[in-house]
Amino acid sequence: MRGESTKEVWVYIEQEDKVIHPVSFELLGRARILAEDLEGKVAGVLLGYEVLDLTSEVFAYGADKVYLVSHKALSYYRHRAYAKALSEVAKQYKPEILLLPATPHGRDLAGGVATLLETGLTADVTELSIDKTTKKLLMTRPAYGGNIMATIICPEHLPQMATVRPRIFPIPEKVEGKIGEIIEVKVELSEEEIGVERIGFIPKEKTVKIDLAEVIVAGGKGIGGKEGFSKLFELAKLLNGEVGASRLAVEAGWISYEHQVGQTGKTVRPKVYLAVGISGAIQHRAGMQNSDCIISINIDPKADIFKISDLGIVGDWKKVIPALIERIKKEKGVG
Amino acid sequence: MLNLLVSVKQVPDTTNIRINLETGTLIREGVPAIINPYDVSALALACRLKRTYGGRITVITMGPPQARLALKEAVEYFADRIILLTDRKFAGADTLATSYTLAQAIKYLEKMDKPFDLFLFGKQAIDGDTAQVGPGVAARLNIPVVTYTIKIEDLDLEKRRIIVHRKTEKGIEILSARLPVLLTCEKEAGHPILSPFSTILEAQKTEPEVFSADGPIPYEPQHLGLKGSPTRVHRVYTPELKKQGKILYLEEVGVENAVEEIVKILKEKGVL
Repeated sequence: MRGESTKEVWVYIEQEDKVIHPVSFELLGRARILAEDLEGKVAGVLLGYEVLDLTSEVFAYGADKVYLVSHKALSYYRHRAYAKALSEVAKQYKPEILLLPATPHGRDLAGGVATLLETGLTADVTELSIDKTTKKLLMTRPAYGGNIMATIICPEHLPQMATVRPRIFPIPEKVEGKIGEIIEVKVELSEEEIGVERIGFIPKEKTVKIDLAEVIVAGGKGIGGKEGFSKLFELAKLLNGEVGASRLAVEAGWISYEHQVGQTGKTVRPKVYLAVGISGAIQHRAGMQNSDCIISINIDPKADIFKISDLGIVGDWKKVIPALIERIKKEKGVG
Repeated sequence: MLNLLVSVKQVPDTTNIRINLETGTLIREGVPAIINPYDVSALALACRLKRTYGGRITVITMGPPQARLALKEAVEYFADRIILLTDRKFAGADTLATSYTLAQAIKYLEKMDKPFDLFLFGKQAIDGDTAQVGPGVAARLNIPVVTYTIKIEDLDLEKRRIIVHRKTEKGIEILSARLPVLLTCEKEAGHPILSPFSTILEAQKTEPEVFSADGPIPYEPQHLGLKGSPTRVHRVYTPELKKQGKILYLEEVGVENAVEEIVKILKEKGVL
């Protein structure tokens, strides 16, 4: 799309089973800062069926307005239904900026919507700001596996669209009772047109909540196999944390993809990130360098991970980790 | 008979990538070019479907002239027809221009021959990691898309329906979709195969059909390449590194002292 916009900064509110994904709140917080620079407003776009109750949360985290599309065909996420609904709302109300979470759901949706709106889309953004002179959105993302950062602009098309990584921006303070304008938009949707129907669902046995963990014990190539990872699981459990892994460890089949941290895995920012046998390739660092505190153990004194560590231990993890486990057990009075 | 289209991209092997830190540009020299691994899964899936249901595989790519090598490799996956879209006017395309270029070509192929039943793409390319081109092409072809496909459970050509398993954050969704549909594939969707020697020989001899921006595919120049790309690279830079902290050598300090240092931090951060 080209032409005039409303100076509104929109955030797509990701909800499944009537629960809003917290990344939507992170984006509302960032949208507020962008909207101030543009002297515009923040709006949430909420799609679903019987989700009116969720609007109060969207307002509480900072939206001035909520665009709401309620339709039975939106009762669960399906690409075509959601892409059509979101793009029609955007065509009608012309936002300046449209932000979506870089979750599987948000990324699936964004590619279709940008095409329907004939506009640009920047994926997996980790920094957002407004250019002081042009008033255009500066969207920065890691490129070439995180080896460089690229700032992308979308100078002549609207809306300026980006998917934004979770856990990059903080969740803003919740203001209970804050209200705003709800704009209900009608969109025609038919099953024939959507073409896809959910006929079953196999829930994951255990969801790995690595992106929300306060402590992450992560292993890389140096761990050497599944047996090594069982030690890391033992340590993580003692610290109420989760186990992370580098791409190499996941690709070797020692641990499942849900644990992967980095450019093609999860972005994390725990209080403590303990990197064990991880060399610290830039792809991995891209996913964990914002951690509060990084401790690393590696046998190679030249490992890149040491360059970003608060504490680095050069040596064999097989000596350190079992001793650490025993020490913590003693501290906690267990075992 | 199943009429399959697979879209592939030739990418630098990013696990071996090097960057010129002064200019922030990619050092392409000596970096091997490969078929994007997720596209290999799409090819392998197509190959398996062809074996089960019979049919025909067309493989398409947009890229520089040397992308023909990726297509030749696709012949090892029993591709029947390979198509290269190459032109300077396609260069510098972002995902919007790329999906336009591919979709126009696909529409042309369908018009000249017959419609495809199933479109298979990789879930994303490892050099850009955007995952936008598959859904973009589906939007332009006005057909449903299923992303993050891990398995095809059933395909009913008479009823024109397919049952697909799709990976989500919370589990596996089982979807019934009508044909034609575009699927983007995870690694699990298909596994690389060992081709018979005769097929490898055939792949070496096969050259792709080449199409440019000048026809016969009806391209509007303003939608192509850099011109057709709404996004621009404004600036590139190398990320700043966090400052290095304390380094201890286990041989010098001993295991016990190293462990105490770790415990000290865990306590400071309130996690122990």
